[in-house]
Amino acid sequence: MSTYSVSSALDLAREGPRSSRIIKLGRVLRVRLVGVVASLSWLAFGMSCHWRADIGDWSRTNEVATAAFVISGLILVVALAAFWSQRAADVVQRRAPWLVLLGIVLAVWEAVTAKLGWLPLPFFPSPQAIVEVYTDDFPKLLDSVWASVKLQLGGYAIGAAVGFITGVSIGWSRAVGYWVHPLLRFIGPLPATAWLPIAFFAFPSSWSASTFLIALATGFPVTVLTWSGVASVSNAYYDVARTLGAKPSFLVFKVAIPAALPHVFVGLFMGLGASFAVLVVAEMMGVKAGLGWYLQWAQGWAAYANMYAALLVMSLLCSGAITALFRVRDRLLIWQKGVVKW
Amino acid sequence: MVRAVAVKQAESQAGAALDVEEVSHHFNIDGKTLPVLDRVTLNARPGEFVALLGPSGCGKSTLLRLVAGLEPPRSGRLLEDGRAITGLNPSRVVVFQDPTLFPWRTVWKNVALGLEAQGIIKSERHRVDAALELVGLKSFANAYPHQLSGGMAQRVSLARALVNDPDILILDEPLGKLDSLTRLSMQTEIVSLWQRQGFTTLLVTHDIEEALFLAQRVIVFSDRPAKMKADIAVDRAYPRHRGDPYLADLRHEILGLLGLDETW
Ligand SMILES: Nc1ncnc2c1ncn2[C@@H]1O[C@H](COP(=O)(O)OP(=O)(O)OP(=O)(O)O)[C@@H](O)[C@H]1O
Ligand SMILES: [Mg+2]
Repeated sequence: MSTYSVSSALDLAREGPRSSRIIKLGRVLRVRLVGVVASLSWLAFGMSCHWRADIGDWSRTNEVATAAFVISGLILVVALAAFWSQRAADVVQRRAPWLVLLGIVLAVWEAVTAKLGWLPLPFFPSPQAIVEVYTDDFPKLLDSVWASVKLQLGGYAIGAAVGFITGVSIGWSRAVGYWVHPLLRFIGPLPATAWLPIAFFAFPSSWSASTFLIALATGFPVTVLTWSGVASVSNAYYDVARTLGAKPSFLVFKVAIPAALPHVFVGLFMGLGASFAVLVVAEMMGVKAGLGWYLQWAQGWAAYANMYAALLVMSLLCSGAITALFRVRDRLLIWQKGVVKW
Repeated sequence: MVRAVAVKQAESQAGAALDVEEVSHHFNIDGKTLPVLDRVTLNARPGEFVALLGPSGCGKSTLLRLVAGLEPPRSGRLLEDGRAITGLNPSRVVVFQDPTLFPWRTVWKNVALGLEAQGIIKSERHRVDAALELVGLKSFANAYPHQLSGGMAQRVSLARALVNDPDILILDEPLGKLDSLTRLSMQTEIVSLWQRQGFTTLLVTHDIEEALFLAQRVIVFSDRPAKMKADIAVDRAYPRHRGDPYLADLRHEILGLLGLDETW
């Protein structure tokens, strides 16, 4: 893309405005064209559903085809709107290449699974088989999502809060550091899942045991990074605040914590990743609910379509959680330059 | 650039007297003692403007830290208006060598820091606005420090000190990072601030001309450990003129004290 624009700038310098207008027109046309191609690729997906009879027994083939046609039509409308509206053109330019690819992949997938059966069947379900899971097994899936979200949110919130408070305390107070630091070094690096057998035995319910494990997985990185953040705050900041009349509480809440916040967020991100892993394992091993349990249940019945459907939901949830955390960080750390975009 | 805005209210009394009596100080580095101040004695009348000159690393900043109350001296006494300085007090405010603005606070909130720390920001917000106006940064109130130039940051840190209405203003090379033009106008501004507010001022600088242009007395320190080498009265009314031959003579004298008069 960049070499293209450089060469077009050179052309512009060499041959004057007339040819540059042609080049620009060409680029504009190309953008719209990709939109039309995206529409065609989804049309192809829809037609692949009607191409010939399914080799298996799936009830949602027609609905999938209809949805594909509707999407194809919508893309076409936006692609045509791009001839008049700059906003539509921007949307097309950003999304269309991915939509082309998706349409093609779906069409091929449909062909080699439902129509030709080239891929071994229970392991490679067709698109309509996965859609069928969402339409027909919706209540159970929703229950699982809700159970997972509840467990994850509770454990993560507890772990993050305890980790943050512990981190600030050991960063601030030598006495707390003396007692907590060895514990942290000894227990922290242990994977939280190693506690699983003990936790399920020691806690009154598998739900509280899992909450504890998730909190543990979250708490360790949050503690360590908060602590190192507080410890690395430059003394110059404290000197400034103290000469201006700051009390110790001001130094903690208005100097140490804001200065350590970038580190704290690194810890929160690491904790989030670690806690996802623990969540799934805990649900598989003990809690008889949630997406992890759904996955295992689906595997037990060789219901691979259900597994893929659950995996897709899970990845959306995890990605959503990370996005949300990035939003919060960008809001709170607006004063930093060059924050990473997710 | 100077605006007729008073940060201080009308009841402003003159600054405090400062007495440094036989103060010595040393640091421990790698188990060795590093003497930094050697029996420094220095008195400033209320409202006096005193400049401290000396070679780099001789202990000027250390002396200022002791005056501020950030550290106790190893021996000797420091007195503000006859009362021993035992700790920090917002009546003595430091403008540090580095601006050290808090990057997570806007310019306005940086300047508000002292009032916030003392819990009086709610009723005294106008003082923040006035201080920002004073240093000519009112339009940058909502900027973050990384959006400022070095000179602007230095001016914010000056405003952050002034907003506290100090009795003793301690300036550690506050203009060191400024370009020479901003520097000249800031010097004029500091003089008029000082005349208007009447605080006692202790200014460390490397710039002999700056010391002579601003201060009523210039104290010259030796190499580390800092000893008083000379205490020179600059007997000229304000506003002063940079080309004044009297100041040029003093400059020559001070260069001689610092062992640099061959370049004259
Ligand atoms: N916290 C500290 N611990 C150990 N040594 C220190 C400390 N602060 C300063 N020193 C030493 O004390 C000496 C004097 O330092 P100081 O900062 O007072 O110098 P200065 O006169 O302000 O120099 P400059 O003009 O370059 O700012 C230096 O040699 C420095 O190494
Ligand atoms: Mg210094």
